[in-house]
Amino acid sequence: MDEPVRRHHWIVRAMHWAAFVLIFGMVASGLQIYRAYPRFGERGGPYYPNLFHDVAFPEWSRLGGWLAGGINWHFFLMWPLVAVGIVYFAYLALSGEWRKLLLRPRDARPAFEMCKYYLRLRRGHPPQGKHNALQKGAYTSVLLLGTLSVLTGLAIWKPVQLAWLTGLFGGFQAARYWHFWAVWLFVTFTVVHVIMVFVADPPSLRAIITGRYRGRFSSDEP
Amino acid sequence: MSRRVDRRSFVVSAAASLLAACGWDGGRTFRPVLSGVSRLNDWVSQLVFSSERRAPKYDPAERSRSFPAYHISAMTPTLAEPDTWRLEVGGLVRTPLTLSLDELRAIAPVSYTVKHHCVEGWSAIATWIGVPVRAVAERAAVLPEARYVRFDSFDSGYYSGWDLESAMHPETILAYGFNDQDLMPDHGAPLRLYAPHKLGYKLTKYLTRITFTAEQPGGYWEDQGYPWFGGV
Repeated sequence: MDEPVRRHHWIVRAMHWAAFVLIFGMVASGLQIYRAYPRFGERGGPYYPNLFHDVAFPEWSRLGGWLAGGINWHFFLMWPLVAVGIVYFAYLALSGEWRKLLLRPRDARPAFEMCKYYLRLRRGHPPQGKHNALQKGAYTSVLLLGTLSVLTGLAIWKPVQLAWLTGLFGGFQAARYWHFWAVWLFVTFTVVHVIMVFVADPPSLRAIITGRYRGRFSSDEP
Repeated sequence: MSRRVDRRSFVVSAAASLLAACGWDGGRTFRPVLSGVSRLNDWVSQLVFSSERRAPKYDPAERSRSFPAYHISAMTPTLAEPDTWRLEVGGLVRTPLTLSLDELRAIAPVSYTVKHHCVEGWSAIATWIGVPVRAVAERAAVLPEARYVRFDSFDSGYYSGWDLESAMHPETILAYGFNDQDLMPDHGAPLRLYAPHKLGYKLTKYLTRITFTAEQPGGYWEDQGYPWFGGV
């Protein structure tokens, strides 16, 4: 068997797992905060369409015990999470890794080929570099989602001092709404991400832990 | 092989401790860390706060259809003898004051229709009218040592402590009117603190006393873990 290749820099691995734990904590403390007013819209309505209107999430899914506890966890974890984001973006930019990770217009055709492959409309796996075009799309989207979560969070925290930002998201209640949506997009991403690891490329799990990879995809661009 | 098992058991125990953490407010060890970071967030909030910035204004037609009213007493706090109510202004001031509602109404009022932000996540638009705290502070001649303001109430000891800069903001008022009416008992009659740049729990209702201090006062909810600055 081939020798394993070095696939992920330690910064990438550390930031990946730190982000996982921190986002987990942000979601749990966020669900605790949501409990205090589980709906969206000005008092007296009208209210936004929301599957979780007046829903109290179960205790095991919440972090903080009560509103102030949830707030204090949320406003503590946000700092290391933002730091993780900054370190990771700096690494992407300085290492040139962004070329392998971010979705670009040139990925349109390969993305189409990958769709055909998954839909069994084509036999062989399309050639790819470190990540295929659909992966690039998913990873680019989740980075965008992280950025939007921070911005909507700031818009909720300071709707008067940063009124321009809150206005950009459609006001205080709309910013809360988008901030809440981010939870379900993160959850969806994580579920699909984990399924794909086991279905499409199990050796990638080792790669994101130890950095070494012995799978079928090259770590280099074609 | 044993390394693999170790890794798996590590992941399992980490997940278990994460789950156990849910519903946990930090306990005796971690709660001080959380409140320490809350002080850091107060400091950041103070940096972001501008005494020049005005809150966005709304048209009276945009007022919310309902506006919740909270108090901590079992019943809505009311005065047995409303005519004898006075606002005391003291602490680090040259001229302590005792003001009646008529004396407060005689000062040039400020009125605005703004959005109220509750720490719980709800918001509601209403019109408020009252006297800027700043105008009262000028009459009392606040001493330079004063850095904080404490607002006390007759709602079972409810109080809140503010930084001087937020209290002196021109939109921080002692409100006696709500949506074109006299302030009702639910909303803190006869006089309450109001400001569109603070969360609701900072806006002490049923006011009795304003005290200028050098030491940072706490607050009813703030002492229980809510962010002290509470600015929006």
